[in-house]
Amino acid sequence: MANDLSVRNLIRSFGDFTAVDNISFDVPQGSFFSILGPSGCGKTTLLRMIAGFDEPSSGTISIRERDMRGVPPNKRPVNLVFQHLALFPMMDVAENIGFGLKRRGMNSAEIARRTETILERVDLPGYGKKQIRQLSGGQKQRVAIARCLVMEPSVLLLDEPLGALDLKLREQMKVELKKLQAKVGTTFIYITHDQSEALVMSDRIAVMNEGHFEQVGSPRELYSDPQTPFVARFVGDNNVWSGEVTESGERLTVRTGEDLLFRTRSHESYEKGSRVDLFLRPEAFRIEPTDSTDLNTFEVDVKTILFDGANSRLLTVMPGGHELLVSLPQNRQFDHIKPGDRILLGWHPDAGLCFKV
Amino acid sequence: MKSGFRLSFWLFLAPVLLWLFLLIVLPHIDLLLLSFRGENDMGDLVWTFDNYKNFFIEPIYWNTFVRTALYAIVTTFCTFVLALPVSFYIVKLARPRTRGFLTVLLLLPFWVSELVRVYGWMILLRESGVLNYFLLKTGLVQQPVEMLYNDATMIMGLVYTSMLFMVVPLISAMESLDDSLIEAASDLEASRFTILRTIIIPHCKPGITSGAIVVFMLALGNYLTPNLMGGKNSLWFTEQIYNQFIASFNWNQGAAFGFLLLLLSSGIIWIGLKLSRQRLGEVAA
Amino acid sequence: MKKITLLTAACCFFMATAVQAETLKILTWKGYAPQVLIEKFEKDTGIKVEATYSNNEEMIAKLRATRGAGFDLAQPSQDRISSVQEKYKIYQPVDYGKIDAKLFIPSMLDAVKANTRVGDKSYAVPFCWGTSGLIVNSDKAADADDWSALLDPKYKGRISYRLKRPTLIAMGYALGYDPFALYSDAKGYKEMLDKVAEELIRTKPLVKNYWANGDALLESMRSGEVFVAMAWDNGGWKLHDENKAIDFKAPKKGALGWIDTFAIPAKAKNIDAAYKWINFMMAPENAGYFTSQEKVPTASLDANAHVSAEVRANFERSFPKETIDNIKWYPPVPAKLEIMEGKILDKIKAAK
Repeated sequence: MANDLSVRNLIRSFGDFTAVDNISFDVPQGSFFSILGPSGCGKTTLLRMIAGFDEPSSGTISIRERDMRGVPPNKRPVNLVFQHLALFPMMDVAENIGFGLKRRGMNSAEIARRTETILERVDLPGYGKKQIRQLSGGQKQRVAIARCLVMEPSVLLLDEPLGALDLKLREQMKVELKKLQAKVGTTFIYITHDQSEALVMSDRIAVMNEGHFEQVGSPRELYSDPQTPFVARFVGDNNVWSGEVTESGERLTVRTGEDLLFRTRSHESYEKGSRVDLFLRPEAFRIEPTDSTDLNTFEVDVKTILFDGANSRLLTVMPGGHELLVSLPQNRQFDHIKPGDRILLGWHPDAGLCFKV
Repeated sequence: MKSGFRLSFWLFLAPVLLWLFLLIVLPHIDLLLLSFRGENDMGDLVWTFDNYKNFFIEPIYWNTFVRTALYAIVTTFCTFVLALPVSFYIVKLARPRTRGFLTVLLLLPFWVSELVRVYGWMILLRESGVLNYFLLKTGLVQQPVEMLYNDATMIMGLVYTSMLFMVVPLISAMESLDDSLIEAASDLEASRFTILRTIIIPHCKPGITSGAIVVFMLALGNYLTPNLMGGKNSLWFTEQIYNQFIASFNWNQGAAFGFLLLLLSSGIIWIGLKLSRQRLGEVAA
Repeated sequence: MKKITLLTAACCFFMATAVQAETLKILTWKGYAPQVLIEKFEKDTGIKVEATYSNNEEMIAKLRATRGAGFDLAQPSQDRISSVQEKYKIYQPVDYGKIDAKLFIPSMLDAVKANTRVGDKSYAVPFCWGTSGLIVNSDKAADADDWSALLDPKYKGRISYRLKRPTLIAMGYALGYDPFALYSDAKGYKEMLDKVAEELIRTKPLVKNYWANGDALLESMRSGEVFVAMAWDNGGWKLHDENKAIDFKAPKKGALGWIDTFAIPAKAKNIDAAYKWINFMMAPENAGYFTSQEKVPTASLDANAHVSAEVRANFERSFPKETIDNIKWYPPVPAKLEIMEGKILDKIKAAK
């Protein structure tokens, strides 16, 4: 499949500070690609360079095999949905959506037809005459996306567009955006600092940190097989121990600060004596395992129960004071656990992952 | 409690009302009465509409007003055209520190009186003035050029005097303009001019209108600049009022002209608001 | 409580009047109350002098607005007193007993008395006099010697005059009328004004500008931007000191002579001080000092001894005997003329 966007060796520096540090990636046609990173990681700079509002210090950006160097924003086949949407308050919905088409010199009957079609597409039929201030947050969102989609861009860029919405609406819009992208088939490049948004919607995600990509992969790859400690920390929740390798090999043995010995896996073999961080997902724990062969086991005290429906957890504390999050399956099996109980935890060595510090 | 609030409310309002009444309303009532008085053939003072009738009958008064109003409109338009890029630069492009500096620079001419400013222009532009000196020195002209005493110079002087009163409301209007609106328009394939026409100007409309009203009124009511820089053809309506009061001792006629100026300029502003579909309340807010 | 308020108010009132009693407020022309003389007067009498500078029209307007209050002494031209007094009653009669008549040139005192008479009272005493004529740069306009030079295409773009009533009168003379004789004939005067307006509008392209400020005109003459101007004699003399080519010239048809006076506003507060100032200013040494400074001769009888030689030379150069005899003195302006003139002036200025 052809790539809609190819970025090669892209660098953007502001004086001494390098915001985007030698990034290369490809986005295949029709995919939903997210760039996930904490604020200040350079993702907005990257996006603005793709949109044409900023010029790279070096490197190339090509859209559908066309080099974008020196092409101003209004001549690029990309459109941007802004963080705060940037709908024009002085125009009604139809005028907002028709704005770009009008600039192309399209006749007004055709503009009206396309505007109505795209409004149906985003489930706002007949909203053309409404003023922007009459719309709800979610409706504004859809108008902003419609305004870009009607331009039939090669690539649609979205700059954290869900950030301003309340939680409930955000959950709902995640699903809608995913569905919309599947329906229109346009390539979406979505930037966000919210890992849940990225994981739910994307075909592929690039995790960005301090100007470079830590890892690019599918949501499942990022979650189950992080390649760097940063990804392990940033994507999903993780428990962390720091420790020392006591036994090298295919499976490492790590001695934690509490003097426990854990067997775990790693991407490469580390020598005996190396300092490592050991990461373990909350759902990897088995509470009171019936069969503890091959498992790392140890006892903890329950501090509190963090009840959150299917996402409920136990906050437990190890004898040394180290806190651990443990998933609490809501299958009624563990209803007897109360704060203050001492319980046995076990986990399989394949579930842990350690990185050299 | 409530009555206490009422009392203090009126106490605070009283000086304002008193000030308005004593200094604005009362003299205007006196002027209004004056404008309806006139001498009959016997030299006695009688009530009459003649002072107002004169304005419409004598083509010279009427023409002077039309001319003054037209030039005031031209001045307002020129001021707007100049002030727009200036305020855009100050608000959107200049760095914060430069911004303060530029604003002070705009304010600076207003630290001297209008008279001094106008004489400054005259020293610069006169036939034996600074500008001509340099033009002659550089060989751009062979004969000194008289740049004063024509309508273009007068309008330039008026625009210069009015600049600040357009830039300040434009700056405050533009400050509330989200940069991303401009970028969004650019992203949607709009050219710079289209962005100006469809995004920036509509957004700044209240600022433009309040600036335009102030500049229009200032230009219309200006006396010094047209008189000193405009020279021999620039009879301004205010000068006519002055002449009626001072040179002809005809206070009644002068008062009538004053009221006509008030009414007609309000009328022009009303038409302007109607044309741009705005209300005065929105502009002031 | 009430008593204290009353007392304070009373104190304020008395203090205010007490302070005012020590001040003399003069409404006059620029230069008519030189700082040196003000200081001398203050030292002699202990009366503080506050001078406000103005011109004939504004003086009348100011006094009319307050019905003659706010000033203790005014200095209008003698021709602008009687009709204004008849109509607006802004002055009070002069008590000639308080004037030291010995200090004045008798003929001038009598003339002003006669010209400012309303009913059986007179309202002014003379202070100084001068003429309007031409200031000519003889390097550039050697043959400009009459009012008609102001209409001469030879000096295109180099002519300047005020757009005020003296210009209309000068132009009346230039066109062969006798404007002062027509004062009493409103219809004839109107005809003359129409003709003058026609001529001034026709020759408008010749004019560089209508000057409004005396210093600005002198600057235009000095820099060579203007060759011929209608202006006051003392301005021409000031320029002559700097550049011998520029000088005042009395027009052949006769310079226009004016006399500025002392008149006491109707509601003057400090009348005694006003008379003291009049007598002080007319004392030969003070009047002489004034003339040397401003190059304006006064009605003071023996001031000549105190006038500097160069100022006397100016006077003798510009005013030989027959020129003095030819001066056209402004007679009192009849009411109504000003409205007529105002319209004509507006018409000229508005014309393209």
